[in-house]
Amino acid sequence: MTSASAAGFCFRLVRRQLVLGLRRPVDLGNPLLFFAMVVALFPLGLGPAPDTLADFAPGILWIVALLSNLLTSDAVFRSDLEDGSLEQLLLAPQPLYFSALAYVLAHWLLTGLLLGLASPVFALMLGLAPAAIPALAFSLLLGTAVLSLIGGIGGALTVGLKRGGMLISLLILPFYMPVLIFGSSAVQAALNGTPAGPYLAILGALLCISIALAPMAIAAGLRISVDT
Amino acid sequence: MLRARELGLERGGRQLFSGIELELERGQLVQVEGANGAGKTSLLRILAGLSRYGFSGSVERFTPQLFLGHQSAVKGLLTPRENLAWHVAGEAGFSAEAIDAALAAVNLYGYEDVPSHALSAGQHRRVNLARLFLTRAPLWLLDEPFTAIDRTGVAVLEARLLAHLQHGGGVLLTSHQPVAVAYPLLRLDLATGALQ
Repeated sequence: MTSASAAGFCFRLVRRQLVLGLRRPVDLGNPLLFFAMVVALFPLGLGPAPDTLADFAPGILWIVALLSNLLTSDAVFRSDLEDGSLEQLLLAPQPLYFSALAYVLAHWLLTGLLLGLASPVFALMLGLAPAAIPALAFSLLLGTAVLSLIGGIGGALTVGLKRGGMLISLLILPFYMPVLIFGSSAVQAALNGTPAGPYLAILGALLCISIALAPMAIAAGLRISVDT
Repeated sequence: MLRARELGLERGGRQLFSGIELELERGQLVQVEGANGAGKTSLLRILAGLSRYGFSGSVERFTPQLFLGHQSAVKGLLTPRENLAWHVAGEAGFSAEAIDAALAAVNLYGYEDVPSHALSAGQHRRVNLARLFLTRAPLWLLDEPFTAIDRTGVAVLEARLLAHLQHGGGVLLTSHQPVAVAYPLLRLDLATGALQ
């Protein structure tokens, strides 16, 4: 029996996930809406003084991005486990490593990419200096990809559980911390007029190591979750 | 095509089955029998390789397999055509015509482009079973393939099973209904482990 090439299979998997995502625009809009609402809450809590808000803006934007990613990681594999698609994926002859990577890529395209592209608007809502906006957008684009990979591990491990929401936070939030630290530092550096490049480079390095390791953990997590 | 030795499974402190010996040859049709909760689905999942831990014994697989479980793996947001195209994406080279022909074979002609959430449970099942008209896997592991399917659908399915067996394929299935295929049928009784 001839089997399809891993690359072709992954391409079809990404396309399938994107089609599914685009046919449910609500799922696409939810993380962005969540982001907008939480960002809108901060002026109410901290007071509307533009200076205070601008000071906190890098941290706020990064923490909200992290939470919005956490919110969606839970659902990456859920519907596929419930309808049996996941067990068919596990039985496919193609390596699960690449399939896991394809799932995460599709998740990032539908969440992190949109968030990174929309982030300048949210930055202006908080009065972030325009000079820091490119650093914010780049750090979010790089960082959310790492978050999606780590979140995929949590999603794969908790997909078999009825209420995985709390557990997934406990599992993956500690691994989110380096991304948060270097992501917000990049924006802070750009604000202070120092180069953001080194921080972005570290985010890039985190992305490389996550691409290498996270799909293995996701694949193992999926096998455990399906093996009931 | 498949060899299982000394298979045993314990779930929740109860021994579901033990000492199952199974050697499936080309052109064999095996029906796994047992009451509800006897472990038929668990056995199929072990044989398919979905359950890797928690059982005793060993399984050797010599040919590619097709496993169809209880769940139809049909996405409501995709059309039957898109669903089936994804189901067979792991095997290379199926033309759009071949996929449409498979859908026609399970009487889904005219439904190819309807979103699957508008279809019934039986039609979801048919989308799933359309795979049998495309796959090149020689060994089929089918868990309750006749569930939710009407009488004409069952006849279509039985004809497909017969054709597959006559071409040297192997089929292992669970079913609570009698399998009316004009072909020698081996029965595997999970309670005793006897194959006859």
